[in-house]
Amino acid sequence: MNVVVEKIFFSEKVAKLVIQAPEIARSRKAGHFVIVRVDKFGERIPLTIAGANIEKGTIDIIVQEVGVSSSKLCKLNAGDTILDVVGPLGKATHIEKVGTVIAAGGGVGIAPLFPIVEAFKKAGNRVITVLAARNKDLIILEDQMRQFSDEVIVMTDDGSSGKKGLVTQGIEEVIAREKVDLAVAIGPAVMMKFAALTTKKYDIPTLASLNTIMVDGTGMCGACRVSVGGETKFVCVDGPEFDAHKVNFDEMLFRLSAYQKQEVEAFQSFLNK
Amino acid sequence: MENLTTYLTQERDQEWRTEIRAKIKLKERTLKLRVKMNEVDPDIRNKNSVEVNSGLTVDQALLEAQRCVDCIDPTCITGCPVGINIPKFIKKIEIGDFLSAASVLKETNTLPAVCGRVCPQEKQCEAQCYYTLKLKKEPVAIGYLERFAADYEQNSGKMSIPEVEKSNNLKVAAIGSGPASLAWAADMAKFGYDVTVFEALHEIGGVLKYGIPEFRLPNTVVDVEIESLREMGVKFITNFIVGRTASFEDLRTQGFQAFFVASGAGLPRFMDIPGENYIGVFSSNEYLTRVNLMNAANPEYDTPVMSGKNVAVIGGGNTAMDAVRTAKRLGAETSRIIYRRSLNEMPARVEEVKHAMEEGIEFLNLNNPLEYYADENGRVNRMKVQKMELGEPDSSGRRSPVPIEGSEYFLDVDTVIVSVGVSPNPLIPACLSDLKVSKWGTIIVDKETMQSSIPDIFAGGDIVRGGATVILAMGDGRKAAAGMHQYIAEKVKK
Repeated sequence: MNVVVEKIFFSEKVAKLVIQAPEIARSRKAGHFVIVRVDKFGERIPLTIAGANIEKGTIDIIVQEVGVSSSKLCKLNAGDTILDVVGPLGKATHIEKVGTVIAAGGGVGIAPLFPIVEAFKKAGNRVITVLAARNKDLIILEDQMRQFSDEVIVMTDDGSSGKKGLVTQGIEEVIAREKVDLAVAIGPAVMMKFAALTTKKYDIPTLASLNTIMVDGTGMCGACRVSVGGETKFVCVDGPEFDAHKVNFDEMLFRLSAYQKQEVEAFQSFLNK
Repeated sequence: MENLTTYLTQERDQEWRTEIRAKIKLKERTLKLRVKMNEVDPDIRNKNSVEVNSGLTVDQALLEAQRCVDCIDPTCITGCPVGINIPKFIKKIEIGDFLSAASVLKETNTLPAVCGRVCPQEKQCEAQCYYTLKLKKEPVAIGYLERFAADYEQNSGKMSIPEVEKSNNLKVAAIGSGPASLAWAADMAKFGYDVTVFEALHEIGGVLKYGIPEFRLPNTVVDVEIESLREMGVKFITNFIVGRTASFEDLRTQGFQAFFVASGAGLPRFMDIPGENYIGVFSSNEYLTRVNLMNAANPEYDTPVMSGKNVAVIGGGNTAMDAVRTAKRLGAETSRIIYRRSLNEMPARVEEVKHAMEEGIEFLNLNNPLEYYADENGRVNRMKVQKMELGEPDSSGRRSPVPIEGSEYFLDVDTVIVSVGVSPNPLIPACLSDLKVSKWGTIIVDKETMQSSIPDIFAGGDIVRGGATVILAMGDGRKAAAGMHQYIAEKVKK
């Protein structure tokens, strides 16, 4: 169970792990996530399922090395086992034919966006994908996205790939030239916040998939709570997708930084080991 | 009921029981004073996770067992949700046969070492004891004796494994591995079923592992009891969410005849007051899960926890006591309970409140939070509190707290743990559209059989009760096992 069958580095810090998890592969849908605990000492962390292969019984997760847990995952090799993988969790993305969909992914958020792009395309939508990251190395899955997108716009902060600029500029470009019926934004909280502000100007319904801190991930601890339209919601069971125009991203940004000091210290001592 | 009375009388009339009763005069028995539990010094224990109660010595247990007068009508049993034959196990202790005492416990109770520690005996068996009811004296320390016998057996290395019927090759499953499921699993295994327990988390034991702290219930104690179940043939599968990882329909196809849903308490409740989402405001579930399940206080483990200096725990239940005492152990300079009613109305066990007070926990009773404030990083640093007074009794029968106008004041806090209850876990009801649930989200069941609106699904514990005790959950598990056994017998006949 939970054996890593393949590892592919997209860049120095971003890796895709293909994990044997036949039951999850069979039952997962776009938008679902798993909780992973790498070893006995590990944290339980949520990771969106980026793809699955029912025949092979595998699921894909994409991890960016930012701290102890993600480093431990990135260091695993084919043949290694992840101690605990549980899921699929969260509500699946509601997929239907709406017309034209902008799918905006920022950094490692591009990974969870992929199954959603695929599903919207297969449901008969016109899908325009906007991928954004700091630089070329952090733009992942571009070819796969092209397979299921009518158009892919790449934006980088430094212009090393596609156009130089932010995700919001890519979104604006599309809105300026055609009618958009739905936007989906997945990425760092700041990116989703500004993507939501952009689409709100044009009253385009927008979904954001939130990546909050979780412990159990099954609706028990409340660590993942966010304010949506003034109400407290739990990302693990009510989400992870919400109406992006109603999410209090500033509060979410604060909450994401709750353990920042401990995380940095832990990562330093991990690297020094 | 008549059968039970006859059975109890027959047991009581056995020669060994008659003999031991005659050994000491009734009067002499009732003059003995109730034993005091041995406890670790409060100033030592509030800095580590050592178990607070250290159990009775053999001599203490023998003396306490002598206090039990072995009544003709043992009312104590009526107070026990799982119907332990209390006088029988106590008399086994009196004759010095501690292993047999443990076997008696296990006839009806899968987890005696757990119940001996966490049951509210003062509201159950001990409340119905002859000493309490008739003599107006302190009851026989049934809980301490239960723990004594169970611990004796655990430490002897000679665990008795209850006998199981010949396998009937019928598969049944429980969802969740807390006390309700463990009690259910033991009975189903005894009936001869092929029993599988599915657990969403990575550890078996549910609230016994993630919720109740080590200083009240050591994990090793729970693990020994789970091992007994394994030896009875019960299979445990972790990291598996029924309804998600596989559907009920998938499992039916695999041959499962019936399901016992005991998925427990779920979403933590908050008070819906301003500032509750600031950093440093947690649910007690999160705080306790980090420390108990994820070992966050141990630097070897990756999961972090905030060990605050000024900790306020909101609520007056056992979970609130667990949280505030945990905070103290993690080094808090002040750890306070903030509770809106008075000590008399407090739902926590008397023993937990006493232990907390001894350990230096401050109690701000008749106080209620109104708002939290934070520093520029979003970390909680202050709270507004209002004083309360007691008014007329409310629907719970307790006098309701009424705010005192103009009594608001501020407290400096850096960690707040909200422990005001939970809503049932929404995962299972969400994946079964035909399942009847109450407006609170609890599963509606037949009170006798624990059968839900879907015939092959039974339920019990907090997912039905919305928040109760370990022993009531275990009582549900036993009832559900009996109900399911009958249901399957009829189904197979057809």
